[in-house]
Amino acid sequence: MKDTNAIVLSNVRIANDVYKMELRTDIAKEAKPGQFVQITVPGFYLRRPISVSWTQDDVLTLVFKIMGEGTAVLSKLQPGAETSVLGPLGQGFPVTAEKEVVLMGGGVGTPPMLKTAKAYLDAGAKVDVVLGFNTAGDVFYVDEFEQLGITPVVCTMDGSAGVKGTVLDGVKSAGITADYVLACGPLPMLRAISSTYTKGYVSLESRMACGFGVCNGCVMTDKNGMAVRVCKNGPVFPIGKVVL
Amino acid sequence: MDLSVQLPGLNLKNPIIPASGTFQFGREFAMLYDLSVLGGCCVKSITLEERLGNPLPRIAEAPGGMINAIGLQNRGVDFVREKELPFLESYDTEVIANIAGASIEEYAEVIRRLNGVDVIKAFELNISCPNVSAGGMGLGTNPETAAEVTRVAKAAADKPVYVKLTPNVTDITAIARAVEAAGADGIVVINTVPAMRIDLRTAKPVLGNVTGGMSGPAIKPIAIRAVYQCAQAVNIPIIGCGGITCAEDVLEFLYAGASAVEIGSENLVDPWACPRIIEELPAVLEKYRLGSVKEATGKALPKAQ
Ligand SMILES: Cc1cc2nc3c(=O)[nH]c(=O)nc-3n(C[C@H](O)[C@H](O)[C@H](O)COP(=O)(O)OP(=O)(O)OC[C@H]3O[C@@H](n4cnc5c(N)ncnc54)[C@H](O)[C@@H]3O)c2cc1C
Ligand SMILES: Cc1cc2nc3c(=O)[nH]c(=O)nc-3n(C[C@H](O)[C@H](O)[C@H](O)COP(=O)(O)O)c2cc1C
Repeated sequence: MKDTNAIVLSNVRIANDVYKMELRTDIAKEAKPGQFVQITVPGFYLRRPISVSWTQDDVLTLVFKIMGEGTAVLSKLQPGAETSVLGPLGQGFPVTAEKEVVLMGGGVGTPPMLKTAKAYLDAGAKVDVVLGFNTAGDVFYVDEFEQLGITPVVCTMDGSAGVKGTVLDGVKSAGITADYVLACGPLPMLRAISSTYTKGYVSLESRMACGFGVCNGCVMTDKNGMAVRVCKNGPVFPIGKVVL
Repeated sequence: MDLSVQLPGLNLKNPIIPASGTFQFGREFAMLYDLSVLGGCCVKSITLEERLGNPLPRIAEAPGGMINAIGLQNRGVDFVREKELPFLESYDTEVIANIAGASIEEYAEVIRRLNGVDVIKAFELNISCPNVSAGGMGLGTNPETAAEVTRVAKAAADKPVYVKLTPNVTDITAIARAVEAAGADGIVVINTVPAMRIDLRTAKPVLGNVTGGMSGPAIKPIAIRAVYQCAQAVNIPIIGCGGITCAEDVLEFLYAGASAVEIGSENLVDPWACPRIIEELPAVLEKYRLGSVKEATGKALPKAQ
């Protein structure tokens, strides 16, 4: 973990309220799939946790949705702006030798799945990707997955794009049979996945202050009643480990 | 530059101490810097039994700071003594054990179970936590109960006892005087300021616990005022705490009457805050023509003029 000065290289809107930001920072070279960074937002005391979506040499790509005041300010940062980024943080998705895996991203849970998909492809797995959004205007990252040679199954709750329904509906309609899942998204989605699959990993979200394990702000409880820190022991946990 | 400070039980090489709840038991920071650079360190509040803490969310933000409602989550005194404190033995820094309890007797029992642990140099009584229903701040807002917990803790403890005060009282000097009279070796001023936020989308409180404790730069003026008032009310040393982010802030606390300081939330946004502030401090003292930390303590107080 280190604290680096990061320079915004680009920051563009890619869907409703969703921005893709490229930053120049050394952290890019160390970041593993599923890890996250804490980015300083000018004018705010706490940093904001955002997943590592992609890295290329010393360029780190983050994708975030405007959810409140901090992310609204982040969306307005112009190329050339400087900020500071702490990371890489947390335990990412382990990359194990699997024959086939299915990756699922829900909304702004999608970004970390891009680098994860690349890692599993590189490890020789057959990778299926299912992405869930509310509506067509929310959809992003289809091209990015296609550049990896994966055609993602897109699902929308209102049916305005792709399969109508949840990511699990998408899995069914595409006939994906992999039993090993890697997922990031809203809690209801992760709960549904956890009651359907037994193998794989899910990435959790929790409000946090430090992001490196010292404040106990983001603590959840595992199946044995033990406290786990989402920022330090996670955000990625084996399916079924944490009480959702 | 002489940064050293000698306080009851605490031989500090510099006045910088990470505050309870922002340092855990040192392991995470030990991966970032040598803990031996710290004057001292104050560990997370220790209770008799394990506590799981408050429901999520436990963190909210506010201009110039943050609000937490952790709820004293910790593994309980026996675990802390066996598994956490030994880790700090290999560092040359003065360890303060922060104690919390739901009853006065619980404070005494936690202390008895930590007596004889050599790495601990002093106890700090948290009678100022706004985030628990029993004990906590309830004890610290009344001079009689504050004095009683201090007396009982002093009777139990084999080391000096500091009492950490809440600013959430009409007259903090009344509490400071009461704990001094009850035998406190020093006071820590202040803990967090009770606060809350409401989410406009849900029209519900942001925090699972509804209210929490505000910390960070926004509370610094409140803490400076409290230290300044207490310094004129008691003769025991004061450890200042609240909103410190840089060496200038440290000097302001020293001027107000603090002998040393605790750094809290800043550790959470800048993990290297303590070593940075220690490094900055000599130049800041020099800039204001001070020859030592001790020389700065109390300079702003009327009686020093
Ligand atoms: C490990 C991790 C990875 C994440 N990755 C992404 C990502 O890749 N893309 C993305 O769009 N979002 C991601 N999030 C969620 C993102 O952190 C929040 O949406 C963001 O912090 C909201 O900030 P705000 O100032 O706009 O909202 P406000 O509500 O104004 O924020 C107030 C405070 O609450 C915190 N907060 C609010 N909502 C959340 C939340 N859902 N999770 C955690 N903290 C929150 C903020 O950090 C801030 O401290 C991630 C969260 C975590 C924990
Ligand atoms: C996340 C968090 C957890 C805390 N936990 C404790 C605690 O367990 N015991 C305690 O006495 N104070 C606790 N505090 C209070 C701090 O020690 C400190 O008194 C307060 O935050 C004010 O200082 P600051 O503005 O520098 O943060 C906590 C503060 C924060 C932010």
